[in-house]
Amino acid sequence: MTRAINLRIGAGLVLVLTVAALLSLVWTPYDYTVLSVTQKFRPPSADHWLGTDQLGRDVVSLLMAASVNSLAVAFISVGIGGSIGTALGLTASAFGGWVETVIMRVADLGFAFPALLFAIMLAAAFGPSLTNAILAIAFINVPIFTRVARGAANQIWTRDYVLAGRAAGASQFSLTIDHVLPNISATLIVQATIEFAVAILAEAALSYLGLGAQPPMPSWGRMLNEAQTLMYLAPQLAIYPGLCIIAAVLGFGLLGDGLRDISDPRLARARA
Amino acid sequence: MIEAENISVAFGEAEALRRVSLSLRPGERLGLVGESGSGKSMLGLALMGMLPEAAQMTGRLAIDGHDLSRATDNEWRDMRARKVAMIFQEPMMALNPLRRVGDTVMEPLRLHLGLSKSDARRRALELFEETGIQEPEEKLRQYPHELSGGQRQRVLIALALACDPGILIADEPTTALDAHVALRITDLLTRLARDRGMVLVFISHDLAAVARTVETVAVMYGGEIVEKGPVAQVLSDPRHPYTKGLLHARPTITGGELRKRLPMIPGNVPALADLPHGCRFSGRCSVELPQCAEVRPALLGIGGLRACACHHVPEVVE
Amino acid sequence: MSVLLDIRGVTRRYPRPRKQLFHHEEALVAVDNVTVQITQGRTLGIVGESGSGKSTLARMVMAFEAPDEGEVLFEGKNIHALGKRELQALRPEFQMIFQDPFGSLDPRRSVGWSVAQPLRAAGMKPDQALILKTLEQVGLRAADIDRFPHEFSGGQRQRIAIARAIVTRPKLLVADEAVSALDVSVRAQILNLLMDLQDEMGLGILFISHDLAVVSSLCDDLLVLRNGVVVEQGLAGDILNNPGHEYTHTLLTAAQLELQGEHAA
Repeated sequence: MTRAINLRIGAGLVLVLTVAALLSLVWTPYDYTVLSVTQKFRPPSADHWLGTDQLGRDVVSLLMAASVNSLAVAFISVGIGGSIGTALGLTASAFGGWVETVIMRVADLGFAFPALLFAIMLAAAFGPSLTNAILAIAFINVPIFTRVARGAANQIWTRDYVLAGRAAGASQFSLTIDHVLPNISATLIVQATIEFAVAILAEAALSYLGLGAQPPMPSWGRMLNEAQTLMYLAPQLAIYPGLCIIAAVLGFGLLGDGLRDISDPRLARARA
Repeated sequence: MIEAENISVAFGEAEALRRVSLSLRPGERLGLVGESGSGKSMLGLALMGMLPEAAQMTGRLAIDGHDLSRATDNEWRDMRARKVAMIFQEPMMALNPLRRVGDTVMEPLRLHLGLSKSDARRRALELFEETGIQEPEEKLRQYPHELSGGQRQRVLIALALACDPGILIADEPTTALDAHVALRITDLLTRLARDRGMVLVFISHDLAAVARTVETVAVMYGGEIVEKGPVAQVLSDPRHPYTKGLLHARPTITGGELRKRLPMIPGNVPALADLPHGCRFSGRCSVELPQCAEVRPALLGIGGLRACACHHVPEVVE
Repeated sequence: MSVLLDIRGVTRRYPRPRKQLFHHEEALVAVDNVTVQITQGRTLGIVGESGSGKSTLARMVMAFEAPDEGEVLFEGKNIHALGKRELQALRPEFQMIFQDPFGSLDPRRSVGWSVAQPLRAAGMKPDQALILKTLEQVGLRAADIDRFPHEFSGGQRQRIAIARAIVTRPKLLVADEAVSALDVSVRAQILNLLMDLQDEMGLGILFISHDLAVVSSLCDDLLVLRNGVVVEQGLAGDILNNPGHEYTHTLLTAAQLELQGEHAA
């Protein structure tokens, strides 16, 4: 029962977030790029639901626009990192032997490398930018997906239907595409959902440190950073993006957990 | 002693057991044979009070005079601790891999019989000897993975016998074992039931194993007993069309006659929800009458200790 | 009749896990010097219990693994000496049926897809008419082509697996415990189907089972395997009528329906 509730809360939060992000592409209450000296630090009102910030921008509009940034970064970085990681994991699993050993040892190295450090390194070398933040987050996802894909794929390789495919004369490559990948896709989707939450948090952290989204691009992490100096003047400006980050991380986390419970037949049977 | 009267078990609309009656005296060995979906395992679980929660059971069930039709979980737990024991197909699954098998067997001795540690150990050793485990002292200290499949099944039998149950239910105990090991396990079960005056319910799809182990056999199909009687009579002279089909479909080693096509029962074992209302075997039967699909044939005495549920086999009243 | 499969002095060893650091365990001999032939249109039964090496032998015949000694010749060609391409080209000629009808079909693939797999793998066009004809041969309906494995019973799934194995019109069929997981009534249907297909297509069959009764119902030749060693081999009729080894005798006893005289009427 509690698992179904987790899943629902997670799905609900993710849905609200996605709708807000998509909506902001075509409509926001105000243009968040317009600054106004007269309108700054306004309290919540009918005109500005959550008030305005230190530059007189509408906070709701800013948060909505920033959600696009968060989701896009998560989607692109997990997409890139997940694809590369999955490909590596499947390759390791299909070939076995020294190929597998080399890939998995390199993945272990990747695990040992802190993402933030990598992002700072990239920023130092190429200057801070959102692209570098995306690359850094993608980078931490590669070894994660390599491990998950390889572990799940190794199980599928022991199935009789894969052996039957070998008997039929199918190559390792077509066995991987025809049988292994479809049968581990549920596991990968669950992992991706959980990594989404991690990526959103990582993006916020990098932007907060000034290593992610650069002005004028709105970002929850940067809003947090800018609000920091105004903590005594307008604490709500730090609280709003903080709540958004919590909601997004919680949403994807709960959704991923819920999906994993559904896709795990052992748990499903225990509930039946 | 087991008295079961008109036991039915349903999952919503689907009937897993329909009006099954049994009566077993101490020392009696009954075989339940049937294919998957016949209800034989469900009946075993019903006799143990271990039906899945979604199952609704009706009918009367009494063990040693205690009416258990409305028994609570606690009453059943007490019953299982002292009177009814069960062994399963896969002994590895039933043993805790992280515990020495000796400790596993000693647990119920200490818990239910209140024996001291050294007494429990002595008793466990006796049980290991009784179930024919070689080098019992050493085996007590071993873990399940260190034992062979046959030894593990013997350990489980020893565990089942720990509290001197009056009834032992064995669900496919030999299916996962090699032929020569299975032979010894069925011999052991027969001997234990005889020596201890214990009721043995032996559930199996393997007719040969059943024939070796029990006195009475009940052939099940679609959640009902379709034929019952002394095992030698039922298997040498089957009366129900399903029993006949089952026996004929079984490959036999008949010298010289190689590559002979086997007589088949047409179709597949139907799913519970698709069972016909009348005779469960209608639709696959070779001698089917128009009324068979509609009217349920009762399990009637057909002379001697035999009974059969078929519109073709007339009742014999003695 | 021509010799289809020639197994010559095949031995397969597996390294045993080390129990102690400096103690070198001897390798486990799974299959020990087995020599046997299968001719066209005939069935060789291999009987043995768990650990007898019968499945290892099947895996070597299917070229899933190579023997340490000896060779397996399919129509005169040593299948373990072939290149990847050559082996792939030969695969349509020898196919396999597995024990577990619930594990040998990909749950995400339709019946039609699974049955067509050997054709695609061999670079042939998956001919719809051929697939439908094959489904009919194994007793399935044309409408089953778009259904998925979970919609079928165990026996029907085994029919699907047989359809996949014969769709390339192979010369040799390897059946590893192919009926062990099936109910008695369904088992008879599948055994009969195998015999019908053999008569129709002139298949050579390597039939592996732990159940001597099942093996005896369709085999011409018999090989009894125990701990990787051949205990007895020859014509099935000879061995069954007159088992020359104690072990064969035990298997016979286990498989036979013996009625206890004391209870007979």
